[in-house]
Amino acid sequence: MSGYKLTYKRFGERSILIEWPPEINENVLYDVLNYKESIVKSSIKSIIEVKSAYNSILINYINAIDNINDAFLILKALYKPSKSSKQKEAVLWRIPVCYDTKFAIDLEDLALSKKCSIDDIIQWHSNDIYTIYFIGFLPGFYYLGGLDKKLHHPRRSSPRLQIKKGAVGIGGNQTGVYPNVSPGGWNIIGNSPIHFFDVNLQEPCFAKQGDKIKFESVSLKEYNDIKTLVEAGVYHIKQEPIND
Amino acid sequence: MIEVVKPGFYSTIQDLGRIAYHDYGVPYSGAMDEQSAKIANALLGNNENNAVLEITMTGPTLKFIKTTAICITGADLSPKLNGNAVSLNKRYTIKPDDILSFGKLNYGFRAYLGVCGGFQTEKVMGSRSMYKNVTEQFITQKGELLPIKDLNTNAATSNASIKIDKTHFNTKSLPVYKGPEFDNLSKTQQKQLLNKTFTVSKDNNRMAYQLEDAIENNLKPIITSLVQPGTVQLPPSGKLIVLMSDGQTAGGYPRVLQLSDSARYSLAQKKTGDTFTFNMSE
Repeated sequence: MSGYKLTYKRFGERSILIEWPPEINENVLYDVLNYKESIVKSSIKSIIEVKSAYNSILINYINAIDNINDAFLILKALYKPSKSSKQKEAVLWRIPVCYDTKFAIDLEDLALSKKCSIDDIIQWHSNDIYTIYFIGFLPGFYYLGGLDKKLHHPRRSSPRLQIKKGAVGIGGNQTGVYPNVSPGGWNIIGNSPIHFFDVNLQEPCFAKQGDKIKFESVSLKEYNDIKTLVEAGVYHIKQEPIND
Repeated sequence: MIEVVKPGFYSTIQDLGRIAYHDYGVPYSGAMDEQSAKIANALLGNNENNAVLEITMTGPTLKFIKTTAICITGADLSPKLNGNAVSLNKRYTIKPDDILSFGKLNYGFRAYLGVCGGFQTEKVMGSRSMYKNVTEQFITQKGELLPIKDLNTNAATSNASIKIDKTHFNTKSLPVYKGPEFDNLSKTQQKQLLNKTFTVSKDNNRMAYQLEDAIENNLKPIITSLVQPGTVQLPPSGKLIVLMSDGQTAGGYPRVLQLSDSARYSLAQKKTGDTFTFNMSE
């Protein structure tokens, strides 16, 4: 594989942005993560932070970059296109979601506009496996890829001022979980009792980029039981390595 | 301890922020005008990353419980110690029961109160900078006691002071770099961006400064990508958004400019109605 045609740009006095073609897919993701890892591992002293999104990497330097072309050359030498079509040591996380109407305030409307049953939506949403592209925007907000086209649905015309922590929503072609109480315009179809962001942990987010998520439908009773365990700090999210 | 008798309009504890948690979606936070925060710490002989109190527009009233030394930098909010005016950018020794209060805003928008050894509030992910859902508290509150260190009696007692260049506060020209999508703009749009005088709108806070004066925009949204403090976004309305210290980590609006660090610190000293132009530094 010859790799992607990447562009390198200065992004302010202390940063460089590397961009892939404007696509969202797993091949780009694995190439991004692979390159990111080799930049981190290179331990270039002047680099303080390397982070990534769908099709980009941002590198922050301690000081203003004097010679931008030299910095580009050093980075370019580290690019080895990913041969793998999967992420090393990726994990599949099984995330409990309660789709009960107690939480799922937009589920009925969504079913009506999709001309299907509520159960259809729950089944479509919890059948698929989603890829974590990156965490951003809010602390612990996972950008997930892989939402079934049947479930694509526009954001609400006016956002709600307060969405509950753990709310599971659909906005456009994306699905995701609100890690904390926040305003938001997505259609809410359920709630997950687990913490997506926990400041008390060394790693505040349980999953990493390239991992996968499957939502598992639980009853209100199971939801409450899990919530009790989560609050007590003894709930372990079901996880398994991805081998295929 | 320092007792918060009145919290003022928006007072928060800030250091230089959280580095290396952006990948979890956690903003950097940290002092909006890092330069002024660093000066306060330098005059006190503190570490530059020691936590200071960031004071916005209207100052708090604070009662000191123990002996310490303080230094106020940044905006001039007419600080008073026990009712008597005190200077900015100067170290003062403080006795128990001293009262620090503030008055009229003369210039700038954010003042910084440094204390000897720095504020000792909760440290989360390597930083004491207050931020919702990360620190327990995201703003200082009336009646709260802010922990500080005991004054090291061996510390120099000289009342150091320096003169500050006012350009930092009243500059009308902010140095910028091209943003990643700058070259997608037409020549006319680029000209508009670099020649127009922009006004700070009333929507300005630690997350972002929205500007009045729309510029033409026909750019498509981008695939959600990385942004940082100082990134200037061009949303469909054409009204520019400049991300600041508590800004989100990712966004889908075209990023047309990137402020230099010093330009961002100067912008943090501007308030609703203030005007400026962008000045390309490449």
